[in-house]
Amino acid sequence: MTGQGAEPIIIMRDVHKWFGEFHVLKGIDLEVGKSQKVVVCGPSGSGKSTMIRCINRLEEHQRGEIIVDGIELTSDVKNVEAIRREVGMVFQSFNLFPHLTVLENLILAPMWVRRMPRKEAEELAMSLLERVKIPEQANKYPGQLSGGQQQRVAIARALCMKPKIMLFDEPTSALDPEMVKEVLDVMIELANEGMTMVVVTHEMGFAKSVADFVVFMDQGEIVEVAPPSVFFTSPKSDRTKLFLSQILQH
Amino acid sequence: MATEGRAGATASEIGPPVTERITVLAWLKHNLFSSWFNSLLTILVGYLLYIVLVPLFRWAVLDATISGTSKEACDFGGACWTLIKVRFGQYIYGLYPEEQRWRVDLAFAIAVVAMVPLFLERFRHRLTYAVGLVVIYPVIGYALFYGGWLGLPVVETPRWGGLFLTLVIAGVGITASFPLGILLALGRRSSMPVIKSLSVAFIELVRGVPLVTVLFMASVMLPLFLPAGVNFDKLMRALVGVALFSAAYMAEVVRGGLQAIPKGQYEAAMALGLGYWQTTGLIILPQALRLVIPGIVNTFIGLFKDTSLVTIIGLFDLLGMAKLIVTDPQWLGLAAESYIFAAFGFWIFCFAMSRYSQYVERRLSTGNRR
Repeated sequence: MTGQGAEPIIIMRDVHKWFGEFHVLKGIDLEVGKSQKVVVCGPSGSGKSTMIRCINRLEEHQRGEIIVDGIELTSDVKNVEAIRREVGMVFQSFNLFPHLTVLENLILAPMWVRRMPRKEAEELAMSLLERVKIPEQANKYPGQLSGGQQQRVAIARALCMKPKIMLFDEPTSALDPEMVKEVLDVMIELANEGMTMVVVTHEMGFAKSVADFVVFMDQGEIVEVAPPSVFFTSPKSDRTKLFLSQILQH
Repeated sequence: MATEGRAGATASEIGPPVTERITVLAWLKHNLFSSWFNSLLTILVGYLLYIVLVPLFRWAVLDATISGTSKEACDFGGACWTLIKVRFGQYIYGLYPEEQRWRVDLAFAIAVVAMVPLFLERFRHRLTYAVGLVVIYPVIGYALFYGGWLGLPVVETPRWGGLFLTLVIAGVGITASFPLGILLALGRRSSMPVIKSLSVAFIELVRGVPLVTVLFMASVMLPLFLPAGVNFDKLMRALVGVALFSAAYMAEVVRGGLQAIPKGQYEAAMALGLGYWQTTGLIILPQALRLVIPGIVNTFIGLFKDTSLVTIIGLFDLLGMAKLIVTDPQWLGLAAESYIFAAFGFWIFCFAMSRYSQYVERRLSTGNRR
């Protein structure tokens, strides 16, 4: 299942994963094209976070193929490191490094992974901080920032590696409602600039405005894939209808 | 309309909270005499302190002697600190020849001066400097202590003693066991079975035996494993034993810190493309070590005092010298003074380490506000 004929940059074929006895991913088939935005939604426990965490090998799949940017994901460390350099990730709990300042958080990876000189890394970091609209926080520690600011720093940190793909694992779920908008605005801007994005979220407004297609997962399977115009107005499966009725109440 | 508070006062009329001025009498009443039982306890403890501290003070200070050069000078009935004054050199340097003691002084002066940059906050490359210092200083120290070059006469290690020896053993032990302990902790948490088993085996084996036996093993068994003719210096064996012993304890302390780091930190680092050593060195260890500073300093302080066990293999550290000096027939019966002085020596260093660790904790926690 794919979007409209764009060259696929993420391919998942018949991907299965077990946590011990629990079969969490049951044959996932998904193709994401370059510059496409995919929103993944579904009830909790459906495996959506696990699925996107398989893309950058934070979780290992036991069966099936995952090919990212032409590189196949195997247990070969070289492949995994190559993929992780091109895939950025933003977490629900931000996961900023609390012992480093915001600026140091951002320049760490470019300096140590891409071997960028410090000056260049700092310039890049500052330009990204301006893009997420918090350049004045550069010398503060994460603990001194609000949740929305921390998440924007996390996005900037991922962008410092100039990835081709950005994965978002429920980026706004841990935020106070008034801060959700500032993070979504950054994500929408990013989307409009042509980044390939896979976003696990419950923010359907975001899906409607930016997504190329929406993926609904339930109990480890992909139940329905459709562009938002179709997905929200005329969902095909009963499970999708049930889910939408539950989350679109407020 | 203003809201009405108690007794009809409006919100704007209620002033700031009234603070009570605490008098000494009030404090005493509140903290020591608040109830019959507490008052009884206070009186009891006060009495105990009186019957213990007053005679102690009289013995140690009021009736004590420090002048003179022999035991005969101590005739006031109190402590005879003259012993300490006369034999002070031996307490500090052990049996190191008197005319060569300047070498020890020089080496320690160099150490103190060399450590100054580590305390300067603006100095950026402190870690590399510290590593360089750890590699280079032992060479300088050994050259000065042992001698044998540049015309300096050799002073064999059995003659090193006193506080000097304690500091050497503790210094080497602490400096060696810290990185070794970190490596063992990382090894124990490794997903590679060989490394993990070796780390666990080492830690459990070493922790399961007393330091005394480790010193015995190092002293007696190590030479058996070495090819004939290769003879390790006695002090060297003690240093190896102490370092390995302490490393096992340090490993568990560090492992506690490593366990406390949330998985999200590892995931964020992995997602950014950082490798294992980069993640460990830049993200995990800085946080983990900060968390367990109390445990680390605890281990160091314990190690500092455990150095006294080298008396088992015939070396005389500060405590060993205190014991040795008292066997001199000239100073019979002054064991209390000697040991108290040794205890005081240990206490000074341990307390200094403790205070320094609190300073380090305060300084490092400014960046850690979650």
